[in-house]
Amino acid sequence: MASSVLSSASLSFHGIHKGKSNLGGINKGKIDTFIKSKCFGRISMVAASNVSRFEGITMAPPDPILGVSEAFKADNHELKLNLGVGAYRTEELQPYVLNVVKKADKLLLEKGENREYLPIEGLAAFNKVTAELLFGADNPVMKQQRVATVQGLSGTGSLRLAAALIERYFPGAKVLISAPTWGNHKNIFNDAGVPWSEYRYYDPKTVGLDFEGMIADIKAAPEGSFILLHGCAHNPTGIDPTPEQWEIIADVIQEKNHVPFFDIAYQGFASGSLDADASSVRMFVARGMEVIAAQSYSKNLGLYAERIGAINVVCSSPEAAARVKSQLKRIARPMYSNPPVHGARIVANIVGDSTLFSEWNAEMEMMAGRIKNVRHKLFDNLSSKDKSGKDWSFVLKQIGMFSFTGLNKAQCDNMTNKWHVYMTKDGRISLAGLSLAKCEYLADAIIDSYHNVS
Amino acid sequence: MDSVFAAIVQAPEDPILGVTVAYNKDQSPVKLNLGVGAYRTEEGKPLVLNVVRKAEQFLVNDQSRVKEYLPILGLAEFNKLSAKLILGDDSPAIQENRVATAQCLSGTGSLRVGAEFLAKHYHERTIYVPQPSWGNHLKVFTMAGLSVKTYSYYDPETRGLNFQGLLEDLGAAPAGAIVLLHACAHNPTGVDPTVEQWEQIRQLIRSKGLLPFFDSAYQGFASGSLDADAQPVRMFVADGGECFIAQSYAKNMGLYGERVGALSIVCKAADVAGRVESQLKLVIRPMYSNPPIHGASIASTILKNSDMYNEWKIELKAMADRIISMRKQLFDALTAKGTPGDWSHIIKQIGMFTFTGLNSDQVAFMTKEYHIYMTSDGRISMAGLSSSTVPHLADAIHAAVTRAS
Repeated sequence: MASSVLSSASLSFHGIHKGKSNLGGINKGKIDTFIKSKCFGRISMVAASNVSRFEGITMAPPDPILGVSEAFKADNHELKLNLGVGAYRTEELQPYVLNVVKKADKLLLEKGENREYLPIEGLAAFNKVTAELLFGADNPVMKQQRVATVQGLSGTGSLRLAAALIERYFPGAKVLISAPTWGNHKNIFNDAGVPWSEYRYYDPKTVGLDFEGMIADIKAAPEGSFILLHGCAHNPTGIDPTPEQWEIIADVIQEKNHVPFFDIAYQGFASGSLDADASSVRMFVARGMEVIAAQSYSKNLGLYAERIGAINVVCSSPEAAARVKSQLKRIARPMYSNPPVHGARIVANIVGDSTLFSEWNAEMEMMAGRIKNVRHKLFDNLSSKDKSGKDWSFVLKQIGMFSFTGLNKAQCDNMTNKWHVYMTKDGRISLAGLSLAKCEYLADAIIDSYHNVS
Repeated sequence: MDSVFAAIVQAPEDPILGVTVAYNKDQSPVKLNLGVGAYRTEEGKPLVLNVVRKAEQFLVNDQSRVKEYLPILGLAEFNKLSAKLILGDDSPAIQENRVATAQCLSGTGSLRVGAEFLAKHYHERTIYVPQPSWGNHLKVFTMAGLSVKTYSYYDPETRGLNFQGLLEDLGAAPAGAIVLLHACAHNPTGVDPTVEQWEQIRQLIRSKGLLPFFDSAYQGFASGSLDADAQPVRMFVADGGECFIAQSYAKNMGLYGERVGALSIVCKAADVAGRVESQLKLVIRPMYSNPPIHGASIASTILKNSDMYNEWKIELKAMADRIISMRKQLFDALTAKGTPGDWSHIIKQIGMFTFTGLNSDQVAFMTKEYHIYMTSDGRISMAGLSSSTVPHLADAIHAAVTRAS
């Protein structure tokens, strides 16, 4: 055995030696230095062959969002608080599996259905109900079959399919994303090879929407750009346009022949009403516009780890929708072949059964309600404890799981290092991870960080 | 109004999955789906393993279970057990922490993530794929940013392995190039190298510094033995060298639609494995963030519980044995009919598929006249056959081969 290792090592050494760049850019520098510094004896032959071809790979930094939970876990302080990732927690700060989901899981086990591959586009029953949920079951676009719906791997996977479609069929077209936006958006478009730029969104002075900046930037974008919009409960700011502002946004997008591209990760979670939270998307569709919309059931059905979502493309004709769907399939097949069945069946069963659907609505109102309560308590604590007169009302005006506190990076570091409050460095806190019991502590931390750290 | 999507043309149906689409449309009572590689019982029904149902009951009964996001690399316990399954419990590579494993979406997802990683971090962007190979390989690697070349593999004359051609072609590959190897039960041909041939392949690959990328979709399904089917992979890892391994639990655990799989990267050093792991996360996060929990939890439950593991092995062997029996029955039927040609490859080939040697005209004929659905390269899924349908297939093959062209 040893001799065969050596003989193959000597062959590979010759391989390295003969062709200078045989090991390519990554390892070349190290090997060249190594060869120059050692004698050409057996030791160098064996040692050279022991160098990994991946030696030059550097340690990647932790994900800015998911890495927060990792850091939180490593902290042993008793007052620590995880306001990092947007995952709903109960008042007891425990993860929550919806009762209706537990029921659906049991039902599925009893039904004992097979585990055959889904079609590339996913579970037909799921695709039907997910489009109906978003656009409304009696929406004309449904009857006219103008929606291409493909089951995707939650929001991320659905966005990625659309991004790949844009890259392939709209070469050079840009996606405009809000400043700021969910941290993973740019990674998705980068990896898909789609250029992107930002439109103004958050105004730190008002801790509100920079509407004029947003409109100006959308107007200035090259015709036919894709405008990424958060359907409701903007992540990370929690700041949504008003219905009137949505109309103006739609006007501008139509004027410039842009394509509206909605990311809907919180339908039902923002206001507690599934229909109300879909009103922005439905308004665009009602205008006869072609619309891309990515959905996720991670938060509103608590199906985070099941990875269930969909990409919908509303087209001007059923023929276009059929063609678009076929191309989305062509993108999914070399990525993962077909999507996972379990989460899709849970959603299809819940949305397709009127009793379960009502139960779902009730639990969602409860979750959205808890977050609204927590907002109120936090606001009350901030207003009463902060003697500076700063206006904290943005906490009440923002909507959804997150609040953009306006804290800068140094202040966020203070939140973590001094107060053991874990949040993303952009100043975002997940109210879903906050309990009424901890509002006062958090208020203290925010006030301290805001006023005493620059 | 003119559609923004006016320039988007209709894509053709996927050649493999499209077979099932066509099959579903056919109304004939004698239709037979020998297209996609999904196991069927003797009654022609899909099978959910008993041990899978047991594992699910166990999971549902566990009140402490939640649906929180898995880590980007997936369920840690599943990853460890999956690496052990393919590399062996006592693998030094595992003991030395030299294996970076990511739970991925079955075999396809594992291949894609591995290929994207290589396209990003490896200096050699060419991957050599056997001729023929699974139809989706070309697309997976191309979309990931690799360029695909082929190496000789199947010999239509012998309906066996073109070993000389394989050695020549891999011998001519540039040093460091990536080589895709089917760990066992080659798809679509069912032709596997012998142990001796594997050893020669290993030596050649190591001597040229080529990077082996194993596609292991049938561990346990080929011979009926999990360890025997892992031998080629383990031979390579035993020499201390590096390799990529994509595993799928679609067939051997019958978890097709749950999308359970893993990518393992065996590195020369533990610190390299750590850094490789961190970079895998950057590939996965913008693709789907983190993998689905359900299937991996089932697999993990089975792998870690020795009673369930043993039950699984028994059910797995039963599936493999039924397929071997179908091979024998088809061979016997063709022999009895006196169908012209040598059909011994049906019993020599291994795994779910048989490369019949029929050409696309003959396949089209069989579909049209006998309602036999299969891929146009002549591949049939033995898993889709039963004792009662073998005669119909034998008739179809006989007619296709003997008709005037």
